Amino acid sequence: MSERSNLEWCEILAPPPDNAAITDLRIILVRGLRYGLTERDVTEADLEDFVQDALLKILRELASFRGEARFTTWAQKVAVRVALSELRRKRWRDVSLQDLLTRQADSDFTPAVLTDPTPNPEQKAVQGIMMDKIQYIIAEELTERQRQAMMAVMQGGMPLEEVAVRMGTNRNALYKLLHDARKRLQKRMMGEGLSPDEILAMFDEA
Amino acid sequence: MPSQSSVQSMMRAIAATRQIEIGCDECFEQLDRFVDLKIAGENVEEALPLVWQHLERCNDCREEFELLLSMLEAAAP
Ligand SMILES: [Zn+2]
Repeated sequence: MSERSNLEWCEILAPPPDNAAITDLRIILVRGLRYGLTERDVTEADLEDFVQDALLKILRELASFRGEARFTTWAQKVAVRVALSELRRKRWRDVSLQDLLTRQADSDFTPAVLTDPTPNPEQKAVQGIMMDKIQYIIAEELTERQRQAMMAVMQGGMPLEEVAVRMGTNRNALYKLLHDARKRLQKRMMGEGLSPDEILAMFDEA
Repeated sequence: MPSQSSVQSMMRAIAATRQIEIGCDECFEQLDRFVDLKIAGENVEEALPLVWQHLERCNDCREEFELLLSMLEAAAP
């Protein structure tokens, strides 16, 4: 069944789609996702749901397949997006952006000095000055939205997709917002003669 | 207020920032081709550099890439 060419897949799935082809595709998607998601907490019923949603999406978006890859790769790509979006949604369901950002702010009140078993006072002081400087630059260069998104992603570890939902935007736009934020910080740091690599080295030695 | 470890991730991200980067939509559009080329043993970093760079920077897209790759490797004879 995987012997079908891209053209054959497209023809056979075009409305009205051929049932045998859908069955074949379902088998490919279930097998792929079952294998790819073994390490995760996913039931057979979840798998069925993912594949059902993916099949509908594939049929709906068939015209957008440009034939630049194997059809089955494209179809599995659609299934991956469906499955991971759902798993991310479930995983982060109970976490609001506010909670995430507040929780971070609280934990930051424990200075690294107190938790470091072998503090080097001089180095800690230099790091502290640099942290203040970075915070100052962030406050000056970034909008509140950029700052929140960056903290949620980099410090809170929340997926872009989930941050985007909470900020009333979409993942692509959020990536661009963060790209713009990184560019602004890069430019400002360069202007002040601050090298990200040197700052990294300063913290890595800790 | 950023923690020390998030400042480190931030510095890494800033060091890796380029003027031109593609977004998640464009990356997703080319992801199937990227993965097929990779499985065929092509140098994807050279063939699709902007996709490769995006996958280095974006956790969501990288997670999708890794899952897709493992699914296809499982299906390969
Ligand atoms: Zn992305």
